[in-house]
Amino acid sequence: MIEIKNLSKTFSTADGTFQALKNVNISVSDGDIFGIIGMSGAGKSTLVRCINMLERPSEGSVVIDGVDVGTLGRRELRKLRRSVTMIFQGFNLLMQRTCLKNVCFPLELDGVGKKEAKKRALELLELVGLSDKANAYPSRLSGGQQQRVAIARALATNPKVLLCDEATSALDPKTTRSILSLIKDINEKLGITVIIITHQMSVIEEICSRVAILENGEVVEQGEVNQIFSSPKSEAAKHLVFPGEEENVAELQYGKRVLRVVFNDSESTETPLIAKLAAEKGIAANILYASTKSVGGKAFGCMLLSFPDGETAEGAKRYLSSHDGITVEEVVNNGK
Amino acid sequence: MGNDLFSAEVLNETWEIMCNDMPLALWETFYVTVAATFFAIVIGLPLGVLLVVGEKDGILPIPKPVMGFLNVLINVLRSVPFLILMILVFPLTRLIVGTIVGTTASIVPLVIAAFPFVARLVESSLREVNPNIIEAAQSMGASPLQIIVKVMIPESVPSLISNFTIAVTTVLGYTAMSGIIGGGGLGKIAINYGYYRYKYLVMLVAVVILVLLVQLFQSVGTKLAKATDKRLKSGK
Repeated sequence: MIEIKNLSKTFSTADGTFQALKNVNISVSDGDIFGIIGMSGAGKSTLVRCINMLERPSEGSVVIDGVDVGTLGRRELRKLRRSVTMIFQGFNLLMQRTCLKNVCFPLELDGVGKKEAKKRALELLELVGLSDKANAYPSRLSGGQQQRVAIARALATNPKVLLCDEATSALDPKTTRSILSLIKDINEKLGITVIIITHQMSVIEEICSRVAILENGEVVEQGEVNQIFSSPKSEAAKHLVFPGEEENVAELQYGKRVLRVVFNDSESTETPLIAKLAAEKGIAANILYASTKSVGGKAFGCMLLSFPDGETAEGAKRYLSSHDGITVEEVVNNGK
Repeated sequence: MGNDLFSAEVLNETWEIMCNDMPLALWETFYVTVAATFFAIVIGLPLGVLLVVGEKDGILPIPKPVMGFLNVLINVLRSVPFLILMILVFPLTRLIVGTIVGTTASIVPLVIAAFPFVARLVESSLREVNPNIIEAAQSMGASPLQIIVKVMIPESVPSLISNFTIAVTTVLGYTAMSGIIGGGGLGKIAINYGYYRYKYLVMLVAVVILVLLVQLFQSVGTKLAKATDKRLKSGK
């Protein structure tokens, strides 16, 4: 269990102080895959570095399994960092060491014998599917392969928690998916709690069960991923869940009424609602935008409908809202 | 005397001097260069490490006055011309070697002149190490000493070798000067025969050999630096 309590972080810079994190409260249960999402500059990287004290919080505390990590001495902190390991956007492998030696590195730091370290490292390279690259140097590996080595290295000391700092941001979509499924595998097989920092909603959709949305150093919303997907409350969450082009489409429909319909379980996504709306109520909706994706194993759909006048829009809203698992909301139409 | 640079007489005489004095001079130059560079690295490497890790946001911050002292010491030593430094360190040379003349005695001023230079070279090599890799090592619970020994130095080996090669060739240049205060080697031959006794050809040959030595050190250094650099993708 990781509890981040009232955490704030202020940096002093040449032009005054800058508050990177403001009163952040997050708790992550054991075995969870927890996502922290936000735009660049939102404070995500600072937040994740406060968990293993690479960055000292200005206020508040981080408690891991009942231990306030801010109070640990240097030696105890180093020990903690063997159980709370980290992977990075830039992989950060030692370029002058082979993959095998890279995985051995944290064991070496821990004073594990050479033979034993090598054995463990080979097992881990096998786990990440890179046994054949044991003696290759990182420069010969692709980004995805380097991240796999970094994951093996992070697992060497049998951690309880894995922190992923934009771990897939430098990778292409296909490689991202394979790295995410590796992380999910590790989470399931080894029961390691995973905290993922990202700016990509697709990463959250793919593997996170819970998410916190960070904006300007504050948590503006947090909860179950599918809950936030179906009914985002904050502006930041809406912005992340509903891609920008959707608003642009709505703007083109100036003078008309636009409804956003969100379907958030498989039952509602399987009902031909729009056809039923036309057949039963005689309301013809114009579909501006529609998408369906799988979030945490559940089908999640989003649609933008436009109606010629308020009467039909209200009627459609009443009809659609009467179904389970469907949220209807009017899109504010600025009409530039 | 010596107006004809390449007369048979001059050639013969030069050849004789070469045969008699050159092997020893070559050895002395080599020995002084290697020994002086070695000690300069022994002192300069830890000093260079301190300059990097001891900074305010380094991995092992050192009190500011101490850092300031180190920087001033290095800058002062580096700005004293070698010719004058050789004379200034006479007392120290006598203290360490027992005498101020001779080949071994010339090692002391060479080390004093070279170690601040080496420290700066080491500093620049270590600064090239990707700070994210150092952060990664910290995230794995590495102590500052472990980061220095297992990350910073090994990661910058190719760059350190390149820079040590620069140090060797610089020291080699200085050894020639130490001929003036009685240090042995090619410099002594060039000065004694060429400058004092107008045997220009001898001086010329000594200089050519010095040039070849620099070439040798440089090419060995460059090869070693390349061979140790695992960031290069060549040679699959």
